[in-house]
Amino acid sequence: MVSNNSSTHENTGGSVQLRQLRPSFSSRFKEFFIRHLQVFFYSLGLLSRSPFATLMTASALGIALALPAGLYVILDHARQLSGDMNSINQISLFMKKETAAKRIEVIQKKLETYPEVAQVKHINRTAALKEFKDNSGFGNALKALKTNPLPDLLVVYPSLTHSDPQQINTLLIDLKKIKEVDLVQLDIQWLQRLYAIINIGQRGVLIIGSLLALAVLLIIGNTIRLAIENRRSEIVVMKLIGGTDSFIRRPFLYTGFWYGLLGSLIAVLLVNISLIIINDPLTHLSSLYENNLFSLGLMGINVSITLLLSGCLLGLFGARIAVGKHLKEIEPK
Amino acid sequence: MILFDQVSKRYQGGNEALTNVNFHLHPGEMAFLTGHSGAGKSTLLKLIALIERASTGNVIVGGENLNKVGRHTLPYLRRNMGIIFQDYQLLYDRTVFDNVALPLIISGFSSREVSKRVRAALDKVGLLRFEKKYPITLSGGEQQRVSIARAVVNKPALLLADEPTGNLDPDLSREIMDLFMAFNQVGVTVLIATHDIPLINQLNKRIIQLSHGQLNPGLINDRKTDHTKPFTAET
Repeated sequence: MVSNNSSTHENTGGSVQLRQLRPSFSSRFKEFFIRHLQVFFYSLGLLSRSPFATLMTASALGIALALPAGLYVILDHARQLSGDMNSINQISLFMKKETAAKRIEVIQKKLETYPEVAQVKHINRTAALKEFKDNSGFGNALKALKTNPLPDLLVVYPSLTHSDPQQINTLLIDLKKIKEVDLVQLDIQWLQRLYAIINIGQRGVLIIGSLLALAVLLIIGNTIRLAIENRRSEIVVMKLIGGTDSFIRRPFLYTGFWYGLLGSLIAVLLVNISLIIINDPLTHLSSLYENNLFSLGLMGINVSITLLLSGCLLGLFGARIAVGKHLKEIEPK
Repeated sequence: MILFDQVSKRYQGGNEALTNVNFHLHPGEMAFLTGHSGAGKSTLLKLIALIERASTGNVIVGGENLNKVGRHTLPYLRRNMGIIFQDYQLLYDRTVFDNVALPLIISGFSSREVSKRVRAALDKVGLLRFEKKYPITLSGGEQQRVSIARAVVNKPALLLADEPTGNLDPDLSREIMDLFMAFNQVGVTVLIATHDIPLINQLNKRIIQLSHGQLNPGLINDRKTDHTKPFTAET
């Protein structure tokens, strides 16, 4: 049954005695994928044999992944919110009182041609005084004034394409150069502060994200290390009958992958549950401020996919590190 | 098939297991390796299977100098040998069939080929009816036959066995030895380490005796090779 087939196989340096039976290349090529698929599901089967332990590890991974993901979602919404605020920016130009109405009209026309300006509204000083008298409740006191204390006002709405704080600042400097302008007012500081806070938040998410990604690597690495330890005798047998490193490594890598996938699925679940819990009171809060309601909604599809992908990659990577380190230590004795 | 050329093996800590061992096992030959416990039988087999490496000298197996075999080619070399242990080294969470199939799966045979060859190997050791059983439910002799089926399923040219009958009673031992003889008959080179002297004396095969890590030339019972001729490497 043995050595007579040796001569039909390839010839390497005359060592004809040790040519064992080998499958054809196409068979090995096809089998490679079939075996990958088998190991893919075999490793899932192994995990499902101890569902409780698997779930505990996956939950630890899920929590570690949910924290940065949740913070990212909130931060993303804050950034969008500040974007909305940007679009309602307006700059008030208080004109010098002696400026003639004609002149103001010219300035208004000129400003409207600026690319960074969407619209300019003129609030006539006479009209403003009347409105103030009617609405403020100081009507009688104001009657005592001989002259109108209010200046003409030009309200400049920056265009949407020029609405970040930097560009608005440049526009402000330009507006201040106009001779007839007495005072330029924009409450931009709170916006800058918000941006600064968001920037800090982004760094924070980056730091927490990196640390927790490291935690995920360590958890998976340790889990895989234990799995390797549990299957030490199997690994020894595999090595003795000629299993290559990549063959022995494969089920552990897929195990890492499954842990990553399960962990990130749990993370997606956790983040969405948290968002649902927060959304109600948040909507209530925003209704107390304005009439347009603000809600975080659920996790976007892009963020979810990114989270799942990074989970799987972290799982594979953590498993690869652990396997690379521990597989070498297990040799037949 | 196997050539030992002035091979010594010193373990860490200075214990010298083999000292200046020279011998040559021809293709198709069957030999027993004997000696007292600690004489170096296992070490010698480990050097052939590349579980250990020689401290000095050359071990040449099937034309390959094992000193030159690296970590990455080692698995492919082992696929050409069937190795059998006293403690069977079976995987107890898999069926008999899956145990025997392992070497074929590692080599990348198709499922159809795998089941064909596994059944042929199990048939040869007389265990075909046990293919769906788990090894733990089998007797020691049956487990050893499973491990033999696993060793030969790849059709290797060389079989190595370390005390394959160490845990078995005389009748079962004889059955196992008969299996090895049958494989040798179809051309497989067989090297068996054992201290079951009464058994091997019945079998009329070459005996290589180790004593304190050295070959005992006076006791080499060699019926097949002519020692007046110098060694010729098979490379």
